[in-house]
Amino acid sequence: MFELEDRWLRETYVDCLIEAAKQDDRIVILEADLSNAGGTKRFTKEFDGKRTVDVGIQEANMIGVAAGMNAMGKIPFTHTFTPFATRRVADQVTLSVSYAGLNVKMMGSDPGVTAEMNGGTHMSMEDVSIMRNIPDMVIYEPVDSAQLKAIFPQILEHDGPVYIRLLRRNAVKIWEDGEEFTLGKGKKLRDGKDISIFCSGIEVAESMKAAEELAKEGIQADVINIHTIKPIDTEAVLESAKKTGAVVVAENHSIIGGLGSAVAETLIENHPVPMKRVGVTDHFGEVGKTDYLMDKYGLLARDIIAAAKSAIAMK
Amino acid sequence: MDKYRELQKKAMTIRELTMKCIGARGFGHIGGSLDLAEVMSCLYFDHMRVNPKNPNWEDRDRFVLSKGHGGPAVYATLVLKGFFPEEELLTLNQPGTHLPGHCDRKLTTGIDMSTGSLGQGFSVAVGMALAAHLDKRDVNVYTIIGDGESQEGQIWEAALLAGSRRLDNLIAFTDYNKMQIDGTIEEINGLYPLDKKWESFNWDVQVVDGHDCRAISLAIDNAKKIQGRPHMIILNTIKGKGASQWENKVSCHNDNNITPEMTEAALREMKEAEKDV
Repeated sequence: MFELEDRWLRETYVDCLIEAAKQDDRIVILEADLSNAGGTKRFTKEFDGKRTVDVGIQEANMIGVAAGMNAMGKIPFTHTFTPFATRRVADQVTLSVSYAGLNVKMMGSDPGVTAEMNGGTHMSMEDVSIMRNIPDMVIYEPVDSAQLKAIFPQILEHDGPVYIRLLRRNAVKIWEDGEEFTLGKGKKLRDGKDISIFCSGIEVAESMKAAEELAKEGIQADVINIHTIKPIDTEAVLESAKKTGAVVVAENHSIIGGLGSAVAETLIENHPVPMKRVGVTDHFGEVGKTDYLMDKYGLLARDIIAAAKSAIAMK
Repeated sequence: MDKYRELQKKAMTIRELTMKCIGARGFGHIGGSLDLAEVMSCLYFDHMRVNPKNPNWEDRDRFVLSKGHGGPAVYATLVLKGFFPEEELLTLNQPGTHLPGHCDRKLTTGIDMSTGSLGQGFSVAVGMALAAHLDKRDVNVYTIIGDGESQEGQIWEAALLAGSRRLDNLIAFTDYNKMQIDGTIEEINGLYPLDKKWESFNWDVQVVDGHDCRAISLAIDNAKKIQGRPHMIILNTIKGKGASQWENKVSCHNDNNITPEMTEAALREMKEAEKDV
């Protein structure tokens, strides 16, 4: 278990895009000079450049142009790094896309610490927080290729803006191909009665490692992958929290405004239980490999284990 | 009647309806709404292919008022064109209205884009033109930006892309009244020479009297003949045009105290001016 997949997750994303675009001629992609990083040159080549618009380095304009293309019937997918897909264009996404009722899919790659050697400037700890505040926005963070393949057609089918928070490199394989997923619905990975662990992205593997260790000490964790951060799966959160009576949320994001906040808001208004958040504690990013940064910011299984014990002690 | 005289008459009616619309509420962006009457007349009564009976017709020309605060001038034009009844103008900015001060595509029949955060509508217009261009659709996209709005960086991002992609189905206007909220454009953050800026972005540029329908309409005719470049028609306008209490005053951007008497006086002045057309 916890094997890395053979291919980068972005390759699966581009496969999904190409396959969908062959069926649906409304699909176009927009780039802001990062099509190498996004791996979308394959898409461009497949359609002879006719369905790609590379605007160069102008993310704000890219979002506006995408909105305009949707108003003319296209379904645009925009691509850039997570900070430039969110905080740099927060007003454009809010008004030109969501407020205007337009349907643009926005992929941001290299979330949180996975921006690695691009460092603090390219490391978004707050992208989910920004996007969660925009009405009508759907936020999806794929965990592996099997899940991305299953969810992608639902993203396309959803008539509204979706933010796709995409790990660029190899994901840890969590699910088998053919497993079914529903956008907006959490997916249980492990059944337990003592602590609920809600997690997304690279924190899913860490949560599963933590659950295995906790089991050795007789603590049974309920582990649920909340891949759709907005709208949050209230039902899954409450059902598990009612059963276990204590919650940990693990995310590769600031503890302010992300999945941890979404779960906390759900619990506090419906069924308050002790809860701990594992995530980046109000810090900027910095240069480093993912394992170094996960250690530094406290995103490892060890941190989830400590949080679980602490939450259980508060019961 | 001569076509251009007819357009000029329509412009007068648009200006009066705009005044009634803002006057009904007693506050609004009066200056930058009144000065749009002539270009709106030329667009909707001479050049744009639209159908009030089928407002979402796919092959219609598109219009984006990027300076979204001029909404009342567009609503007045849509009323005159038959998109919705004149009474609705009196609901401007009332709770639950279909006519907010800034344009909203979700609320108002005939509005193609929601605008208000300056610079953004222009990018959207470029996106519309680009989509039509890619599919070789016979659709023109018209957009109006403000001169103050032209201080936004996003305007020049979009300008660069439209020039680079040779979007000749895009016909843009600058409402060059040379004023913004805090003062004159030149004293705040100057645009001069504006025409040279657009030319250097590979746009086809014309400069005309923004209150002369003949000049505007002919400029659009000219623009349609020029291939391979997007078009910028700079409209030399007078902010608050047609109502001397506001005309050419920096303070006319937004007036929060428009009394019924002020509205009546402005409408009388406009009726008087109509006789000279």
